[in-house]
Amino acid sequence: MEILHYLILSALLFTIGAIGVLLKKNIIAVFLCIELMLNAVNLSFVAFSHYLNQVDGQIIVFFVMVVAAAEAAVGLAITIAVHRTRQSLNVDDADIMKW
Amino acid sequence: MESFLFYLFALTALLAAVNVLIQRRVFYSAISLIICLTALSGIYMILDSPFIAAIQVIVYAGAIMVLFLFVIMLLDPFSATLLRDKKKSLAYFAVLLGICGIALLYQLLKSYDLARAPRSPAGLTGSMGSIRHIGEVLFEGYLLPFEMTSILILVAIIGVVVLAKRKT
Repeated sequence: MEILHYLILSALLFTIGAIGVLLKKNIIAVFLCIELMLNAVNLSFVAFSHYLNQVDGQIIVFFVMVVAAAEAAVGLAITIAVHRTRQSLNVDDADIMKW
Repeated sequence: MESFLFYLFALTALLAAVNVLIQRRVFYSAISLIICLTALSGIYMILDSPFIAAIQVIVYAGAIMVLFLFVIMLLDPFSATLLRDKKKSLAYFAVLLGICGIALLYQLLKSYDLARAPRSPAGLTGSMGSIRHIGEVLFEGYLLPFEMTSILILVAIIGVVVLAKRKT
């Protein structure tokens, strides 16, 4: 197996996640797509770690997962707060800070 | 065998990721993302990284996605009105942009010369992804970042409590 296969899979997953972030209207769906992008990056880290025979890539994936856990918790708390103040999960309803 | 497994897991991950996009209900998107993450865990096993594969299932597909599902159920998605995605024309434009991005990335990836990249001495090959080796590297070279993640998580816990608390 060449490393190119893994990198292309990673690029495809990242693109799908980016398209989702741009197109989805539900806040939680946008979050899910961000998680997808993080995982795509993790995949290329692990692939490089395997093919370069260096364990540092896996350590970075570990840290990415820790940060993703913290980010998901804070993001979901913000989602709950937005839902409480606006009774809506539409990202277009939370546009006070847009300009 | 290895390439068969890779294509199986890659296809599963890609289909599940596309399903995350096209599902209207967030709940089904979340379930689909769990499938995608589990397939990625299989790919990590192919790449000889059992530790990463294990915490992918335990932390990502387990803890983080359960947190997502808790919040989705808390906000009661089944009685809410469905949010339509943004305009169809915009969707086609986004897919087109994505294809252009993939094409550009493909050139970049193909021109990358893996053979000349720096690599560790080959002596470590056997135990590269083992928990023991990862633990040794983590607690020797990356001790300070490791300790700082604990502060990060503490800050995140406090922030979540402050953010989600009901104002009285």
